[in-house]
Amino acid sequence: MADIDKYLRKSALPHIWCPGCGNGIVLAAMLRAIDKLQLDQRKTVIVSGIGCSSRASGYLNFNTVHTAHGRALPFATGIKMANPELNVIVITGDGDSTAIGGNHFIHSARRNIDITTIIFNNNIYGMTGGQYSPLTPQNSKATTAPYGVGERPFDIGNLAIAAGATYVARGTAFHSTQLTDLIVNAIQNKGFSVVDAITQCPISYGRKNKMGPAAQMLKWQRDHAVTVKAVAKMTPEALSDKFIIGELHRSVAPEYAAEYDKLIERLRVKGGEA
Amino acid sequence: MNKARLMQGNEACTEGALAAGVRFFAGYPITPSTELAELCAEKLPKLGGKFIQMEDEIASMGAVCGASLAGVKSMTSTSGPGFSLKQELIGYASMAEIPAVIVNVQRSGPSTGLPTAPAQGDVMQARWGSHGDRGVIALSPGSVREAFDVGVHAVNFAERFRTPVVILLDEVIGHMREKVVLPEQKDIEIVERKRTTLSPEEFQAYKPDADEVPPMMPFGEGYFHHVTGLMHNHMGQPALDGATTKEVLSRLHTKIERVQDEITLYTEHFLEDAEVVVISYGGSARAALSAVKAGRERGIKVGMLKLITIWPFPKDLVQKVTAQAKKVIVPEMNYGQLVGEVERYVGQEKVLSVTRYDGHLFHPDDILAPIIEAAGGTK
Repeated sequence: MADIDKYLRKSALPHIWCPGCGNGIVLAAMLRAIDKLQLDQRKTVIVSGIGCSSRASGYLNFNTVHTAHGRALPFATGIKMANPELNVIVITGDGDSTAIGGNHFIHSARRNIDITTIIFNNNIYGMTGGQYSPLTPQNSKATTAPYGVGERPFDIGNLAIAAGATYVARGTAFHSTQLTDLIVNAIQNKGFSVVDAITQCPISYGRKNKMGPAAQMLKWQRDHAVTVKAVAKMTPEALSDKFIIGELHRSVAPEYAAEYDKLIERLRVKGGEA
Repeated sequence: MNKARLMQGNEACTEGALAAGVRFFAGYPITPSTELAELCAEKLPKLGGKFIQMEDEIASMGAVCGASLAGVKSMTSTSGPGFSLKQELIGYASMAEIPAVIVNVQRSGPSTGLPTAPAQGDVMQARWGSHGDRGVIALSPGSVREAFDVGVHAVNFAERFRTPVVILLDEVIGHMREKVVLPEQKDIEIVERKRTTLSPEEFQAYKPDADEVPPMMPFGEGYFHHVTGLMHNHMGQPALDGATTKEVLSRLHTKIERVQDEITLYTEHFLEDAEVVVISYGGSARAALSAVKAGRERGIKVGMLKLITIWPFPKDLVQKVTAQAKKVIVPEMNYGQLVGEVERYVGQEKVLSVTRYDGHLFHPDDILAPIIEAAGGTK
């Protein structure tokens, strides 16, 4: 059992999350990943946006920033540029990262700046009481979609890959051991990494969509997740109500902060010669 | 001594900020401020600093906040429309007490307005643009050389008070070229942000010292703390009770206003016996000073107070220099913004607003005419 207690600010607990919320499971997976990698706590910064999951930063014993709605990635970019020695991890929700922060998300991926982004994806705006997000499945209900969501959701994995992220994975609160491993890989990747962590919101999403209590929603995750390997053998019909978990993408590209440091060095050498 | 150089206001402002130690710039292109970003893109990596062009105005303000938290003096530049977009995170920087400099090279608005025409339309946006109450520092230089000095002061004030500082250039001062002799680096006074003397265990990130400013420790040194835009206690943890709220909101104002005299920058011209006092700032002050001199040549007892520090509004100074005045004239390139503050502290009956908002500079005659009238008619 990993010792994750040292990563928690006990004085800031208890947390604000509802009974049955999956955010704690995702957060624990992240802390186990940090422990597995033995990241230097002093050199690790956790940055979050606004929303239920983004409150997590306040519970963690690091340098932590709870920024404005959607803005975790610009703050994280400034932090990483100013001090590339720091491990920068972003905690964000589905609305925070893909609606109000959508522009920052694709551009951070494009730059391939060494930031690990963990999306606590519960398909809903929980903090404000259950409005639909860009990751709410089509036709499901929300307080702002009483007749069902007419819009199609993003495929966050494909969006991140298309925008240039060099590590993209998806996990769930149910598959929490795998989720830890995916976050380990994401942090180890020198570039922009995205982990789409599917988690349950029984209060604001599950109840509205008759998905039952938290345990039943976790079983739903178990029954609807298919591994990358299994997908290859499945027909489109069999896949229609499933989602893929595991490592979705891995590639190698120059990392932005390191490239900028190389520029500084190049100019220094040139200046020295002149 | 440094050689005389011909340079733009935007360039001088950049040089001032770099001389004061700015080593991070995040920005987004917008006329008429883009020269600041271009110069930083060229110069910062040579100084070991960083430049980044972000995906939008909001992101550049966010990156500036992040870099500052990581311990680097940070700046961004913009113009009216971008200044509007940045307001959310300027408010965040006030609340979380993050030093940052925002240069706003004002143009004519509202909306896209006249992108290349001069205006001073953001005086009130600088004060009230972000939601809620907070103390604000805004400086407005009136010449290229002053743009350099204000660049230095803005960085120093931001670091000293842990607050965002706005530089209000206008298109005239930003793009005008003048001959300037800049001071040598060794003669420039530079303020570094205050560090704590406590251990990481004892450190409380938002516990103020006697000067009401909390010491600030950069990320990465083991001084763990939480930074949030929520109302927060001395540990930086969310605390939404009335007593905390009152304490924080009061201090965001008083940490700046308690030393108003030290941060009020201004120049005085012919004020000793002035019966007509002109109060102006930025690009307008240049035409105003010509008008005041022309008035003096006609024998009118007219003088001028040129404000460089606009916010916090120097009410004591304004009351002092207008105490004996029969008329106070406030020329500005907008529909009348700072004049409201002058009226508030001097009295409405004494104050005359002189405005120009057609995208053109004041001509000295625009200001001389009301001076003559205030002095009792034709002279």
